[in-house]
Amino acid sequence: MDDKFATCSATLTNALGLHARPSVKLTRLAKTFASNIEMAAGTEGLWIDAKSIVKVMAVKAAKGVTLRLRANGPDAAEAMAALRALVAEGFADDEGLSERAESLGG
Amino acid sequence: MDERRLIGKRAAAGYAAGPVAVLLHAVAAARTGGDRDAEAKALKAAIAAAAEDLSQLAARAEGAGADIIAFQIAMLEDESLAEPAFADIESGLGADESWRRALDQQISDYESTSDHLFRARASDLSDIRDRVLAALNGTKADAPLPEGAILVGEDLTPSRFLSTDWSRGGGIVLTRGSASSHVATLARSQGVPMIIGVPLDLRNIESGTRAAIDGENATLWLNPAPTTLRALSARTSAAVTLRNGGGRELLPAATADGTPIAVYANISDLSEIERMDIAGFDGVGLARTEFLFGHGSGPPGEEEQYSVYRRLAEWARGKPVTIRTLDAGADKPIAGLTLPHESNPFLGLRGVRLSLAHPEVFRVQLRALCRAAAHGAIEIMLPMVTVPSELQLARRFLREEAHALRAAGAAYREPSLGVMIEVPAAAISIDRFDADFFSIGSNDLTQYVMAAARDNGAVADLNDPADPAVLSLVARVTAHAKATGRKASLCGDAGGEPKYVELLLRDGGLRALSIAPAALGPIKRAIAEVDLKRSEP
Repeated sequence: MDDKFATCSATLTNALGLHARPSVKLTRLAKTFASNIEMAAGTEGLWIDAKSIVKVMAVKAAKGVTLRLRANGPDAAEAMAALRALVAEGFADDEGLSERAESLGG
Repeated sequence: MDERRLIGKRAAAGYAAGPVAVLLHAVAAARTGGDRDAEAKALKAAIAAAAEDLSQLAARAEGAGADIIAFQIAMLEDESLAEPAFADIESGLGADESWRRALDQQISDYESTSDHLFRARASDLSDIRDRVLAALNGTKADAPLPEGAILVGEDLTPSRFLSTDWSRGGGIVLTRGSASSHVATLARSQGVPMIIGVPLDLRNIESGTRAAIDGENATLWLNPAPTTLRALSARTSAAVTLRNGGGRELLPAATADGTPIAVYANISDLSEIERMDIAGFDGVGLARTEFLFGHGSGPPGEEEQYSVYRRLAEWARGKPVTIRTLDAGADKPIAGLTLPHESNPFLGLRGVRLSLAHPEVFRVQLRALCRAAAHGAIEIMLPMVTVPSELQLARRFLREEAHALRAAGAAYREPSLGVMIEVPAAAISIDRFDADFFSIGSNDLTQYVMAAARDNGAVADLNDPADPAVLSLVARVTAHAKATGRKASLCGDAGGEPKYVELLLRDGGLRALSIAPAALGPIKRAIAEVDLKRSEP
């Protein structure tokens, strides 16, 4: 396999940070890629598997935290571009719905 | 098998016979780790079954509910959730204990975070934990119980009670529990026999064992002899005849001296109205709404609430229907909404406090109520009001929702807004509350005034609604209501107990009681025996 490496970072802009709904979206998207994808919160955070919602949720990243992402595999560059866009756009179209679901959980 | 007889304490009268259904959450680890491969296989299968259950739930859920279920499914499907459990199985532990340990670790991790949104996810993980444990034990978490089953467990949650179909009989036997818990209130209102504090070792009783219970005498029989069953059914039919005697319950209630007393019904679930007639009642004094929220798939939508409230109003045929806004919290937890593990939940975020903390949920309920009020005499009641600002804020929300409906051209009516008086602070300073009506919640008022928990049998003697301290607060509320031309009633369990009726009318100054439907006959008879013209009984 022709493995490639790619990295990127993006800051959490959505009000609730990496809560349940955004974590579901992020891991779902990550799983669509063949590459290994890892994530870390801030500069100090440990690298964890970005395809595992259990681990992504355990990071408990709040709004304003910068996520670092790195990928290793055939579609590493595409994975980074897609994930960065998802985070930068505040987890896309239905953030309003997401916020509602999260605040219901509070 | 020989008949075995056990005596507990009475929580709700009635008779039932049927197979035992042991409540799963009350059962300690029963499987033993032995064949590691078999245990690992069992856990894998249970996780898959739980995910399948959730997928079926997801197909029916919408909005926030669907999001919560999608999250639970994603967690279940993530192999790293079960990783520590499989490691424990490898070291010889049973599948159930391994899973419980792994999930309890996750749950305590979420509970220890300072972010309240993350903390609230602990309840989702508890749901996941219990669902898989149930699958491991060979039952689905919300599997229907066998017909007429007798639930046996340590304690029972109100949501479990509400999700059980009691129309084909059945009963409740608890090794702990309390006669003044919400479950006991629900059991009395639906005529489900219930016994608490039964000295029974749950590990030694199997689901499917034949059993019979007599709530009146707080007795449980395991493997009852045919003679026992015959004696019980004879006694039951005699009690039913006595209870329904005279046809008096259809006549308006009045004391011996002719003072009219309004008698309203307490309704806990929509299914109750199918089995009763409003004819004997002056209306509904308390319609609970918790049953709408107990599904575990998020709060109900506006349309669902609207159609339920409207059905209630239409069923009442023009008689007033007082609907209480969501009263969750304390011993009525709702996954995803109430805070898990408050250090003192009865003094925590419950009742209107919870609604005001979740305005997006509260406003949906108010909007549905305004719309339904266009079809009947709906009134809104707020639970656990403590200070006037809570009433003022709720009224502002109500007005705003009513205005929005008017602007949208929708059919609506802004209902009158009353408060439930169950916090001593509100009863003591009753003149501060500009409510349209007052309804005394004697269960909570009693436990807060007497500082004696309603779910603790050890202080049951102190939890006395007839204590002069409680009655003086009741009298204070009724006197203020009379002086200012407002309605006042009492909707706690005390109103449905014949022995308290005279005290409530005479010392408490009440002229309206809201009671469990099953208590109608006895309460009207008790009212008719009171002579308020006579100075002392």
